[in-house]
Amino acid sequence: MSKRTRLPVNGRSLGELAMRAARTSGSAAWRNAPFPLRAPTVPNGVTPLRPKAKLGADYDTEWARSYPARLARVLMVEGLVRPAMDILAAPKVDGLDRLHDLDGAVIFAANHHSHVDTPLLLATIPEPWQHHLAIAAGADYFFGNRLTAPLSALAIGAIPIERNKVNRKSADDAAALLDEGWSLLIFPEGGRSPDGWGQTFRPGAAYLALRCGVPVVPIHLEGTGDILRKGRTFPKPGRTTITFGAPLRPTDGEDSRSFATRIQATVEQLADETTTDWYSARKRAHAGVTPSLVGPEAVGAWRRTWQLGANTPKRARQQRSWPKL
Amino acid sequence: MPRPGFVLDVDKSTPPILFHHGEQFRLERLPAGRSRVIYPAEPIEALEDPEAAIRHALFNPMGDSKPLPDLLTPGMKLTIAFDDVSLPLPQMRAPDIRQRIIEQVLDLAAAAGVDDVHLIAALALHRRMTETELRHALGDRIYDAFAPHGTLYNHDAEDPDNLLFVGETKHGEEVEINKRAAESDLIVYVNLNIVAMDGGWKSTATGLSSYRAIRHHHNVKTMEQSKSFMDRHSSELHHSNWRQGKVLRDAGIKIFQIETTINNNTFGTDGPLSVLQKREWEWSAKDRITFLGMQKGLDVMSAKQRRSAFHSWRAPYGLTSVQAGEVEAVHEVTLKHCFDQHLVPVEGQTDVLTMGLPFICPYNVNSVMNPILVMCLGLGYFFNLYRGKPLVREGGVLIMSHPTPWDFHPVHHPSYIDFFEQVLADTTDPVEIEQRYEKQFAEDEWYRHLYRTSYAYHGVHPFYMWYWGAHALKHLGRVIIVGGDPKSVRRLGFVPASTLQDALEMATDVVGPQPTITHLHNPPILMADVS
Repeated sequence: MSKRTRLPVNGRSLGELAMRAARTSGSAAWRNAPFPLRAPTVPNGVTPLRPKAKLGADYDTEWARSYPARLARVLMVEGLVRPAMDILAAPKVDGLDRLHDLDGAVIFAANHHSHVDTPLLLATIPEPWQHHLAIAAGADYFFGNRLTAPLSALAIGAIPIERNKVNRKSADDAAALLDEGWSLLIFPEGGRSPDGWGQTFRPGAAYLALRCGVPVVPIHLEGTGDILRKGRTFPKPGRTTITFGAPLRPTDGEDSRSFATRIQATVEQLADETTTDWYSARKRAHAGVTPSLVGPEAVGAWRRTWQLGANTPKRARQQRSWPKL
Repeated sequence: MPRPGFVLDVDKSTPPILFHHGEQFRLERLPAGRSRVIYPAEPIEALEDPEAAIRHALFNPMGDSKPLPDLLTPGMKLTIAFDDVSLPLPQMRAPDIRQRIIEQVLDLAAAAGVDDVHLIAALALHRRMTETELRHALGDRIYDAFAPHGTLYNHDAEDPDNLLFVGETKHGEEVEINKRAAESDLIVYVNLNIVAMDGGWKSTATGLSSYRAIRHHHNVKTMEQSKSFMDRHSSELHHSNWRQGKVLRDAGIKIFQIETTINNNTFGTDGPLSVLQKREWEWSAKDRITFLGMQKGLDVMSAKQRRSAFHSWRAPYGLTSVQAGEVEAVHEVTLKHCFDQHLVPVEGQTDVLTMGLPFICPYNVNSVMNPILVMCLGLGYFFNLYRGKPLVREGGVLIMSHPTPWDFHPVHHPSYIDFFEQVLADTTDPVEIEQRYEKQFAEDEWYRHLYRTSYAYHGVHPFYMWYWGAHALKHLGRVIIVGGDPKSVRRLGFVPASTLQDALEMATDVVGPQPTITHLHNPPILMADVS
C-alpha cells in the first residue's frame, strides 16, 4: 500500500496555504485567501450565472406558516402585540357585526398611515381569520435583508409583495395562499401616507379578489398616524378607531380597477362614518359627496395640510382648544 | 333535515325528563304507561343570506303596499318603530335582526334624502330600554347616528304632549298612539315574531299606544275569551287589536310592516347549553358530563350569579322568514312561518299538565323573575301555547317547576311589589282585582314617574300579568308549584310541593287516581295543536 499523501494545491499543500494566510491578518487575509477558501474568479469571456435571489420578492415564507411558527406568532400576538396595542393605541373597534355572515378566505383592505397599522389589525381582526392571516408586505422594505425578512415572516406572517414593478410571482403566491384558505391583509395604497392624506388604492387587492373569488372587507383605520406617522422613530400613545365595512364582492363585468375604486370609496365612507355618524355618512354616500381620503389635488402642500384639519374626527374636535381659566 | 316536534309516550325505558327550574334544572321520571312528553321541533333551516332576504322583502311587499323605496321621498317625516327588549327571548346574538332590517331601511331613506327620521322603541307599558339594550338591538352605528340628536328614544305612554287620540272602534275602544308616529308620512314597523301572539296590528295598536287604549283589550274579560291568545283567529285580544288597527288605517296612518320569524335554535347546537336542546335519550357522554358539571356549578353559585350567567346568554337564532308590506297580508304569512316551527300535533287533552319554567320571560330580561311573572309565564304564556283546545282538560291540574323566590327587582318592578304585598294578600280573583285595584295602580303618580324617568314597568303592568293567566285560572282545578318558596306560592293562591311525585299525589285529589299526564318540553318553544 502506498503512503497517503496530501494532494497539492497549485503545487502547495493546504497546510502551507493556511500558514501563508495566517501571516497576514484580518480582512486582508481573507481577501487574499486562495480558492477554495474564497470564491473562484470568473474566467474572462464567460457570463456568470445570476445568483438565485433569496431576498425581496423571492424570499420563501412557507416555513413561517408551519405549525411551530404559527404557534409562536399566536403567542406573540396574544402575549405581546395585543397588550402593547391596548396601551399604545387604545383601539375602538366598530362594524365587526358586518362580518357575521362571512366565512372562508377573505382579503382585508385597509388604509395605511403607520407601522402601527399592522400590529393593530393583527390584534383586532377577529377569529376565524386572525390566526390564519398573511400580511402583504413590501418586498423591498420588509424582505430587503437577511435579518428583516425572517423576522417579518415570523412576527407578522408577512409575505413579500413587489410594489415597484409588475411581478407575477407575488400575485401567484398570494393567490395560492387564498386558494389554500388563508386570508390576506393588504394595504392597497402601497405604502404609508407621506403627509396624513390617503393615497389612491392600487388594484392588487381587487385583482386577487377577482382571481380567487373571495370577498374584500374594507377597513378604515383612524388615529394611527398620530401614534407613529411616516418619518417618526418613536411612537406616541394615542387613540384609534378601526371600522370594518361590509364585505364587497366584484359585480358582473367589474374589472380590478373599477373594483379597487369601489373599495376605496367604501373605505372613504367608513372614514366619513367615523368622522360624523353612520346615517349622515350614508346620505352623503348616496348623494356622491363623501369626503375623499386622498385630499385636494393640484394644490400647494400647505393647503393639503390645512385641509387635513377638516377631516379630524368628532372625538378630537370635542377636545378643549384652550386651557380652562 | 330538522326533525319535527313529536309526542313521546313514556314507558319504563324512558330516561328521566329535563324540567327547567328557573336558573336550574331537574331531571324527573314520569309515570310509565299514562304519561307523554311533547317535544319541540328541531330548529328549521335559517335563511342563507338574511341581507338579501330583507332587501327582497323591502322591494317586493305584500298586500296593496308599494315597495319601500317608492314610499320614501325627500322632506318626508319617517318614523321607524321596533319591538322592545321583550323580544326575542333570550336576546339573540349580534347582529340582531332589528339592526339588519333598520340599517337597510335607513340606507334606502338615505338614498331618498330623508332627513326627518325618528326611531322609537315600541314598548307600550313595558320598562324603557337601556342604552346597552338599544345598542344591542340596533347596533352602535344606528345608536350613534340618532341617539345623540334625540331622534332615537323609547315610546312614552304617559306623555300627554306626545300622544294623539285617533278615534274609537265600533265597540267603543279608544285608539291613541304616539303622536310623532301618527303624524308621520310613514311608519315603518320592524317586528320580531318569536311566538304567534306577536305582530300584526298588535305591533302598532299596542306597542305605540297608551293605557287609555290598551285597557280595552288587556282586561280579564278579553283574556278569558282568548282561547288561546297564541291563536290569533281565536283570540279576542287580537280581534280588539285588529279593530283598533282599522281605526288607524281609516285615519290615514300609513304603516309599512316588516315582520320576521326565527327558528328554535335557542341554546345552539354546540356549546355548554346545547344539551338543553337535545332529547334526553340522545345525550352523549359529553352532554351528560356537561349537564352534570353545569348543575354542580349552578349549585355553588349564588342566585345573583346564576341570573347573571343565564341572562348573558345570547341565542344563536336564525332568521327563517322576513316579509314586508301591508300589515294583515304580512302577518298571515308570518303566522304560517311561526307555526311551521312551533306546531306539534297532539291528540286529546290530559288530566295533569306539567311544565318546567325557564329563567326568562318577556318581562324579566336582565332582571328578576318574580312570583307574579312565574304565574304569568306558566298560566299565561305556556298554558296558552295551544291551538284548538287547551292541553289540560277543564278542571285539570297544572304542575309547574320553578323556585318562585320572594324576590323582586326594585327598579324594574316597583308596582309588582305592592301588587304582591297588598293586592294578592287580599284576593287572587282576577275580576275582583281588576274592579277594586287596577285604576288606583294605573293612575298612581309615583309609578307613572318611575315608568317615565327610570326603568320601571308601568304601574298597571302586574295586573296585566295576572289577567294573562285569567283563562288558565278559570279553566284549571288546581295549580301546584314544585320546588317553589312555599310562602310565595301560597300568596299566588297555588299549592307548593317539594317533589314532582308529591305534586302528582296531590293532583289525584282533584283529578282522581291514575291521571293522564302530559309534559310540555319547552323551551325551545313549541305550540300544541290539540285535536
